[in-house]
Amino acid sequence: MGIRNSFLHEIKKNRTLWIMALPAIIIVFLIGYVPISGIVLAFKNYNYTQGIFGSPWSGFDNFKFFFLSGTGLLVTKNTIFYNLLDLITSQVMAITIAIVFSEMTVKYYKKIAQSIIFLPYFISWIIVGAFVYNLFDYQKGALNSFLKLLNMDPINLYQISWAWIIIICAFNAWKWVGYTSVIYLAAIAGVDVQCFEAAALDGANVFQKIWYVTLPGIKNTIIIIFLLNVGRILRGDFQMFYQIVGNNGQLFNTTDVIDTYVFRSLINSGDIGMAAAASFYQSFLCFVIIMVVNAIIKKVDKDSALF
Amino acid sequence: MATSITNNTKSKDLVVFNIVGYFIVTLFALTCILPFIILVSASFTSEHAILNYGFQLFPKEFSTSAYQMLFKFPMDIIRAYEVSIFITVFGTVCGLFIVSMTAYVISRKDFLFRNQLTYYFYFITLFNGGLVATYIIMIRYYHLKDNLVSLILPFLVNVFYLIIMRSFMTSIPESLGESAKIDGAGDFKIFIKIILPMSKPALATIGLFIALDYWNDWYNAMLYITNYKQYPLQYLLYNMLSTQDALSRISAVSNVNITNMPLQSLKMAMAVIATGPILLVYPFVQKYFIKGITVGAVKG
Repeated sequence: MGIRNSFLHEIKKNRTLWIMALPAIIIVFLIGYVPISGIVLAFKNYNYTQGIFGSPWSGFDNFKFFFLSGTGLLVTKNTIFYNLLDLITSQVMAITIAIVFSEMTVKYYKKIAQSIIFLPYFISWIIVGAFVYNLFDYQKGALNSFLKLLNMDPINLYQISWAWIIIICAFNAWKWVGYTSVIYLAAIAGVDVQCFEAAALDGANVFQKIWYVTLPGIKNTIIIIFLLNVGRILRGDFQMFYQIVGNNGQLFNTTDVIDTYVFRSLINSGDIGMAAAASFYQSFLCFVIIMVVNAIIKKVDKDSALF
Repeated sequence: MATSITNNTKSKDLVVFNIVGYFIVTLFALTCILPFIILVSASFTSEHAILNYGFQLFPKEFSTSAYQMLFKFPMDIIRAYEVSIFITVFGTVCGLFIVSMTAYVISRKDFLFRNQLTYYFYFITLFNGGLVATYIIMIRYYHLKDNLVSLILPFLVNVFYLIIMRSFMTSIPESLGESAKIDGAGDFKIFIKIILPMSKPALATIGLFIALDYWNDWYNAMLYITNYKQYPLQYLLYNMLSTQDALSRISAVSNVNITNMPLQSLKMAMAVIATGPILLVYPFVQKYFIKGITVGAVKG
């Protein structure tokens, strides 16, 4: 009774603040929390007339099919693979570029270069889809035009599945390196200047300075970014995959991720059960992974944890 | 700056580092810009040249026929621009207002349940209903199909921006609010008259991020909009690139047989028109984004 009184008392006291927070609370409730009730769809055999709550239960049937058909494992494997590959390549490049920028003395060049590499972040993935077409189309792509110029045979990239691993990785880096390098640049700027002075006094050359001072100095940032991305290891960048790969079925083996699979099942084949099962599987595992990773980090270094 | 500490003698390793460093950055910058050059070039190339020689760095046969056609029959594009501008402006203003207002509430130390409320917002980034549930709920239960609200809602409350705003507001001294309270001002008034004016840089930055989210969104349109008159710009572009619908409409209106239309260069020209505004605005807003990320990185 006492607790209840103080809660009501609190609401009354900060009445205005609660009202101010209400729009956001309602919106997040409608867009975020209500759909969570839709998770039951993974365990049901949905039909339109009966809706979410009237459709009959089907237990784990949807999941069984998802995994037994091999799709489950395939898209999971692809999702994790791409996330790790893209994460490592884009972080390495971003760190490299940030370090180079931090040592650059020609301000004019630095400004222009940074503007250029930050630009891709601004561009929607649709345009990237257009780029992919411009570059890799068999008849008209710039790549093949270039090869023909060198009197070489044109390549049909759409028949080379593994090429797309590189293409996707490259475009991912293209889009994010500019953005991420800004974060690392800020981190480098935050490293204690005295450490650099000490290194200079000890006669360290540029590479030693980077290895012994700069990199350890931004260790925390690297860890946090790594953590944030590990929490999303099972979430593919839908927009990127959908725009680059599109509906080219022959590429699905190497490029299909959970998100694109869910989307196609839902929109193209109307297979609600499967899509819901895959989606639930993804959300659930993501949650577990974040919790586990965060708990581990908490044990190692309390300050680095997310919450 | 780190380099002001190192000595000025051009030791060999510094030279090597500079050469390698500038080379890497230049190479990367060039690959960033290359696709744009090819795109623009393709939009100004005659259809004949594209079909015979493919997409090149420079137009083999210069032609503005694609642009001429688009400017002659621009209804779809103008409509899409209107939709995009509307959702971006309306969404950004509403979203920015709601996010900053909520951020203020959870930044107030005397607000007893601020941690719980923050967690309420944060939780949804950890776990949500997924695409299927959201899709069915939006369409079947909220009846938002072919409704522009479905394009505005998803970006109104971005939890990451909310947390960044909150960090910013906690740095505003409490004494300001307290002295206003003594003068009899209510919480909302304090928010409007004191907090908002003091938050201008943060508002500008977050506002730009929200605007970009809205402007580039095509995913929500793909899910919820089937009426071509309500297509936002990016989705119209996608539609034009991947289906014949938009092009068929132009064909019908212009009385040109679709096989006679410069389809390839039309698609490219459309892409340029859809991206043009972003590229024009970019130089002016770029520094806000970079500043925002920098500050966010430090605080985060």
